[in-house]
Amino acid sequence: MGDQPTSEEIPPSDEERESLLARLSESLGEILVDSHLRPHEDLWLRVRAQNWQDAARTAKAAGFAYFGFLSAIDWHIAPEGRYEDTEFDAGLVEEDDDEPVELDASTGYAGGDTRFQLLMQLYSLDRQLGLLIKADLGEDMTVDTLRDVFPGADWHERETHEMFGITFRGHPTLHPLYLPTDFEGHPLRKDFPLLARQVKPWPGVVDIEEIPEHLEAQLEAEVMAAFEAEEGEA
Amino acid sequence: MTATSDREQMSYVAAQAADARVNVELDTGDMTLNIGPQHPATHGTLRIACRLDGEQIIVAEPIMGYMHRGYEKLCEVRTYPQCTTLINRIDWLGSFANEVPFILAAERLMEVEAPPRAQWIRTILFELSRIANLSLFLGDMGVQIGALTPVFFAFRDRERVLNQIEEVTGGRFHPNFDRIGGLKDDIPKGWVDETRSVMVKMRTFCDEMEDLLVGNEIFQARCRGVGVIPADVALGHGLSGANLRASGVDWDLRRDANPGLAWDQIDWRVWTHPDGDSFARYWVRLQETREATRIVDQLLDGIPSGPIMAKVPRIIKVPAGEAYISTENPLGEMGYYIVSKGDLGPFRVKIRTPSFNNISVVPWVMKGVYVPDVITILGSLYFILGDIDR
Repeated sequence: MGDQPTSEEIPPSDEERESLLARLSESLGEILVDSHLRPHEDLWLRVRAQNWQDAARTAKAAGFAYFGFLSAIDWHIAPEGRYEDTEFDAGLVEEDDDEPVELDASTGYAGGDTRFQLLMQLYSLDRQLGLLIKADLGEDMTVDTLRDVFPGADWHERETHEMFGITFRGHPTLHPLYLPTDFEGHPLRKDFPLLARQVKPWPGVVDIEEIPEHLEAQLEAEVMAAFEAEEGEA
Repeated sequence: MTATSDREQMSYVAAQAADARVNVELDTGDMTLNIGPQHPATHGTLRIACRLDGEQIIVAEPIMGYMHRGYEKLCEVRTYPQCTTLINRIDWLGSFANEVPFILAAERLMEVEAPPRAQWIRTILFELSRIANLSLFLGDMGVQIGALTPVFFAFRDRERVLNQIEEVTGGRFHPNFDRIGGLKDDIPKGWVDETRSVMVKMRTFCDEMEDLLVGNEIFQARCRGVGVIPADVALGHGLSGANLRASGVDWDLRRDANPGLAWDQIDWRVWTHPDGDSFARYWVRLQETREATRIVDQLLDGIPSGPIMAKVPRIIKVPAGEAYISTENPLGEMGYYIVSKGDLGPFRVKIRTPSFNNISVVPWVMKGVYVPDVITILGSLYFILGDIDR
């Protein structure tokens, strides 16, 4: 089931989370799409969006009664996002010339097939373990509300609605929480431009005083020597 | 304590029911009352739109966004070290504590661990921010209820703690001191002894607050049985910190999910209260402040020697991955979910702030309470607006 941790050394076994994963995958059945386990750190589950509410109920029945947070991730790489045409980021992209395509395609732990992904964190006080649940959102960008399962989800859903444009079916008060009522757009989407960043290429190297030419070579040699010394120690 | 408070709770409910009957007989109409946005009980600018029937609240709806600064979006265009500057300003009364979970999450992704000395000093500064944050609450709660003296005591004594934080970090409110892999600097000479004497003074301050407020008849009358939140409601709303522990839930991330700081190496205890009312929330915070001074004392005794920075590259690139780390901050569970794509900056940061969840219980708990109790409840839930709006 799912992608196993692929570190070089043998990962330490995490029996608690493994047994939890086994139990949850049994009770979730085909609702569970994928899962990911980082031993002694966290457990990710990816469920079907149409069964979002069922997944929350199942988790709650398994002891995850504490509602942490609910939000979303936009996996779209936008020209207006990080890869702005500032000198700072231009240098970054150049440097990574061999691998950016590979980086862009990744959609996090437990995978993902769509642009938007819901994310929820629950906690079990009996087990003292956290649980992260994800769901891929389809074209309709709609999912059932969790208000009946966790009353705390109310505001988180309102925030996710205005920030990402995701609709929560059955939520009676999906009006903006933070934004003005006549605000257009969904700010946390990657294609929503950050205007401050557009008009002023900041933060970047533009703010830094240029190093005088006659010192540049000397400084570079010093930095390289320090790096080599560090590598030698490690 | 439970028996008396049960009786008080019952009489409170009975009084409410009697008033409701009077309201029906008098046919009082609904009235809308705005509380805030500039009320001192809001620690910032929070507006609560209440619909009243006579003196009782039918619906209370918090309206936020006056201070929304879009930190989650701004973090996406910054490098990891630059993010901490923003993060400092979320809960501005306990800034250092904000930095720690973010740095820990980045460290987890980089598979870097700060050396023991750094973790130890981190824990000390974390607890000092807790004392600075909570001591203001301890005095401020008095002002909400009409007692002016405690807040002056609180400002006076909080300054001592802020001075200690400033001496190490250079900043009273926004230290920006935590680094991926350790700390910016070591503690200065003589600081340990000074801090120890400040902790003694803070314990005296806690005793003063106990005398002035906890033992005060008016304070008890205003707080006991007001704004009762049962444990299941608290859990479902995601309440954390002292608000949850005051509902009898024995949960503290410092003890139960310690992300590597020094809390597991010393002797301390978690305080809970079974009542779930405003008084319980005040009482738990008072005990926690006192406990924090004890924690600091023990930590000061055992600071290990060694470096304060692990070996990290000069240009910090965090490998691709996802991590969620939360810690027990002064206000409750504060966590950062970082999605990294191997860049200089995070791809997405979800900031889980305690006050956002803590205050989401307001519509539930305000139903049927009287107008003066609104301030008691808001004060005792204790939120910072920067922590709600982010």
